[in-house]
Amino acid sequence: MLLSVTTASSAAIEDKGPLPATVVSAADLSLTFATNDGPVHALSNVNLSIGKGEFVSFIGPSGCGKTTFLRTIADLEQPTSGTLLINGMTPRQAREKRAYGYVFQAPALYPWRTIEKNVALPLEIMGYSAAEQAERIKRTMDLVNLSGFEKKYPWQLSGGMQQRASIARALAFDADLLLMDEPFGALDEIVRDHLNSELLKLWARTQKTICFVTHSIPEAVYLSTKIVVMSPRPGRVTDVIESTLPAERPLDIRETPEFLAIAARVRDGLRAGHSYEEHA
Amino acid sequence: MNKAFPIIIVLIGLLIVWYAAAIGMNAQWQNDVYRRAGTTDVPMTQFVQDTWNQEKPVLPTMHQVMGELWNTTVLVAPNKPRSLLFHAWVTFSATALGFLMGSVLGIALAVLIVHSEAMNRSLMPWIVASQTIPILALAPLIVVIGFNIFTGTLGIPTDPARLMSKAIISAYLSFFPVAVGMVKGLRSPEAIQLDLMHTYNASPSQTFWKLRWPASVPYLFTSLKVGVAASLVGAIVGELPTGAVAGLGARLLAGSYYSQTVQIWSALFAASILAAILVISVGLVEKLVARQMGARPA
Repeated sequence: MLLSVTTASSAAIEDKGPLPATVVSAADLSLTFATNDGPVHALSNVNLSIGKGEFVSFIGPSGCGKTTFLRTIADLEQPTSGTLLINGMTPRQAREKRAYGYVFQAPALYPWRTIEKNVALPLEIMGYSAAEQAERIKRTMDLVNLSGFEKKYPWQLSGGMQQRASIARALAFDADLLLMDEPFGALDEIVRDHLNSELLKLWARTQKTICFVTHSIPEAVYLSTKIVVMSPRPGRVTDVIESTLPAERPLDIRETPEFLAIAARVRDGLRAGHSYEEHA
Repeated sequence: MNKAFPIIIVLIGLLIVWYAAAIGMNAQWQNDVYRRAGTTDVPMTQFVQDTWNQEKPVLPTMHQVMGELWNTTVLVAPNKPRSLLFHAWVTFSATALGFLMGSVLGIALAVLIVHSEAMNRSLMPWIVASQTIPILALAPLIVVIGFNIFTGTLGIPTDPARLMSKAIISAYLSFFPVAVGMVKGLRSPEAIQLDLMHTYNASPSQTFWKLRWPASVPYLFTSLKVGVAASLVGAIVGELPTGAVAGLGARLLAGSYYSQTVQIWSALFAASILAAILVISVGLVEKLVARQMGARPA
């Protein structure tokens, strides 16, 4: 077997603190939501470290905490216990330093702004000069292949183009970390394939670290250098798979035995999580 | 044409009912007139025409009201107290000033309420309670007390003082829909739109100006349309109890004192035309702003 296997426990970070190349490191990270039906353990003792330049997918059924983990990195949720460091900083410090760009499930474009004005939104907030804004808008619009649509309003674009615009917006201020929460979940399969291969090219060109939440096994295997399999109740990491696929990935790589082997392992990991739930 | 057709049908129906009612309601007076003059055997067509053209009818007809409107607008210089345009202007200026004050107050309250839970809990019940007081009970108080404070303590001349006290009533009626609508509008951004601002580490004022404010614009205009109509009602009510000599409210009151029903009805029509102009103007501004903000054409 060509797969190099690491388990969740072996990915735990040492007490010495994160290595310089570590972008995200979580140690015993737990998050419990208090609800009317009692506490919900969205994350339970998650240990994980993500290196610079990695493309990490989080996959698992609904309620496994994959989105919550992403939101915790983004300082949109507060952990109940454990530590989480982004570039050696707390999530709050990282957010204040604008260390990451976040792409949501929906494009969340502001309908009263043109596409270029939407891309300019973070730049305006972060106080870039007009010239700098124009330069960055042009560069990121080129990057997501949306040149020519600068003056359009969001409703004039298809769903896939809107999501590309929201990726451009997340890239505009050059954060090294890109957090993507099922960005293509609402799109049809053909558009999704297309955007997946574009995203890989974009990743290769920009050398960013990407955390990518998905429901889709092929999507996770196709995109990632590392796949984090999660399971619900309590939300936890059940398997971490280092992908052995080459960096160059044409769409038909998805028919190779190597690809299918990784996909099978992901599927096994998801099934294991489910049987746990049934016995619990 | 397709839009106008149903409206015209209803209008024709209304006119038929109106003119038929005028015959019935004015018949008794017409019979008295004939009896006193000793006229008998009036043909039916003559009788009907006479009921439609009395000087002080119980129910004036459409052409009488229109004639009065024509006589008091086009045929009279607009600066004369006989001109309806003069009275409409007096009422309009109080309406506009009150609308402006009420809108600013309503928006300011909404901003406070949206940004502070304490304000939300303490102000909102009072805002709702303020509208449960009948404005007719409150208007004389505001006009008399306001007028006395403005002219006495503050030493403002009588005309601006009268305008201000009427505008306060307008503002009192119009701030409510604006405040309620804007609270809804400023809270209308979706969770992910707000999360996005959070990920940019945006300041509260950036979140307000770049997200909450533009998101609230459709709600604002809906409220402003209600508010401007309420302002006009406020201004007219403010003219009723004070013996004002100018304004559409004063025209209504004077007409009822002297049984000048045609005058009452023409003032009524003038008021509704003014209301329509105000609401349509706000609607036009809304369309312009929506186009400026890239709204999908309807």
